[in-house]
Amino acid sequence: MSFLLTPLQYEFMQRGMIAAVLVGIVCAIVGTFVVLRGMAFFGDALAHTILPGIALGYLVSGGAREPLFWWALGTAIVASLGIGAISKNSQIKEDTAIGIIFAGMFALGIALISTVRSYAVDLSHFLFGDVLSVSAQSLWLILLFGGIVLFTIFAFYKEFATLSFDPILAATLRLPVDLLNNLLLVLIAVTVAVSLQTVGVALMVAMLVTPAATAYLLTNRLSKMMLLAAIFASLSGVIGLYLSYYLSIASGAAIVLTATVFFMVAFGWRRYL
Amino acid sequence: MYPHTHHQTNQPILDVSHLAVHYNGHVALEDITFHLHEGERVAVVGPNGAGKSTLIKAIAGVLQPSSGDVNIYGSHPDKHVCIGYIPQRSQVDWNFPVTVADVVMMGRSAKLGPFNWPRKKDWEFVNHALETVEISNLASRQISQLSGGQQQRMFIARAIAQESELMLMDEPLTGLDAPSQDGILNLLDRLKAEKVTVMVATHDLDQAASHFDRIMLLNHRIVAFGVPQEVLKTEKLLEAYGGRLRSTENGNVVAVDDCCDDEHV
Repeated sequence: MSFLLTPLQYEFMQRGMIAAVLVGIVCAIVGTFVVLRGMAFFGDALAHTILPGIALGYLVSGGAREPLFWWALGTAIVASLGIGAISKNSQIKEDTAIGIIFAGMFALGIALISTVRSYAVDLSHFLFGDVLSVSAQSLWLILLFGGIVLFTIFAFYKEFATLSFDPILAATLRLPVDLLNNLLLVLIAVTVAVSLQTVGVALMVAMLVTPAATAYLLTNRLSKMMLLAAIFASLSGVIGLYLSYYLSIASGAAIVLTATVFFMVAFGWRRYL
Repeated sequence: MYPHTHHQTNQPILDVSHLAVHYNGHVALEDITFHLHEGERVAVVGPNGAGKSTLIKAIAGVLQPSSGDVNIYGSHPDKHVCIGYIPQRSQVDWNFPVTVADVVMMGRSAKLGPFNWPRKKDWEFVNHALETVEISNLASRQISQLSGGQQQRMFIARAIAQESELMLMDEPLTGLDAPSQDGILNLLDRLKAEKVTVMVATHDLDQAASHFDRIMLLNHRIVAFGVPQEVLKTEKLLEAYGGRLRSTENGNVVAVDDCCDDEHV
């Protein structure tokens, strides 16, 4: 029992735990659509594309962490709609266009951060997350914006489900298809901003797809897939943070590795049992 | 509510005039003019790449015509929710985590409107639709567990739950075994009683002749459109299919090219 309780006597562990669970749930629910619509690459690209925005915010605010959420949010929304427009209208293939932009923006972000002397440490926080440094204020932002994302998905559940399963049906039912597609891109963008401190840009895609993919293996209902994904993501957050505490490994990596183990167990269970 | 358009009942359920669709300079359809009567069943036949799928999508309002007009009860299709589009089975993600009842309920999305969840009345529509196509027992199955015929019935049920008055079906019989094909054709006969107008793209000239009121022979333009015995004449078929016809022992004419992969444009 003390094994479980000891880490929780630290306030930063309590906050980290709450942040990891909240972020996990939001990522898992949004990730359900990312998985079903084959948008994993988009999610990965989007996460990387916001780095220059964070870097700029970092330089402007002189190293303070709190304003970074807003920079991340703004960049993510602009980038998601931009990538969405490019993949629709581009002459070159969609994944190539996304690849070019995402690598270029990522490089720009690294270049900007490298102008600061302590850049290695700061860069690694942006890349891999630092959930144990989440402040009370950040936690409220995660709760607020994560709540907005979940509420929006709940409100448009049948529209998103219909559109994801059969876009032509959605069009013949005269659902606002373009609006819903852009809304989903914005929801993914907000999710990325909300998750930044927990897993960082480099590991973000794992939070979006791994718990949802695990759930996909285990159920045939969309609503159950969302529920299971949220459970796997929350467990990954909690278990990951204990692992991080006791084995002294980076928290973001520990969370993602835990989620990956869940996926492999589910995969093996489906495959061989 | 999502946009709905009122029907002018003095106008035909479907009126197409001088419709043309071009893709990248390539002509898919040109000068298509015809109209349908309420409750009739029309088969659209023609060789691969004749534009059957394109015609169906243009009528459904999911593809913009290059020129010409499509009118459903007097107005453009893009505000009508009475058009049931039944996709080719190959274009569906059968591993999507939904049950048969979930898919049929999707047909209610427009009538439900934003922010509303299915009510008792909507479940009654879904149950009635499943009964009509005789798959009530499969309501809670995941869709990958259905046979080809059951998959097609599910989509027809979805169109019924949508309260569609014009059902557009793209190759509903392709890849089904003979009993399943008969089942679907009998089902279409029953829909006639419910005043549903049905337009079906098909490859089978015999089925087109035996189960449909009128046949449209299509090859980028309308080669012939009328009752089966009028349309299925050798010279008209030759005009539509070119050399890709052969005669069977009993004197029927059969199109040689039988399937459809190049038609997904």
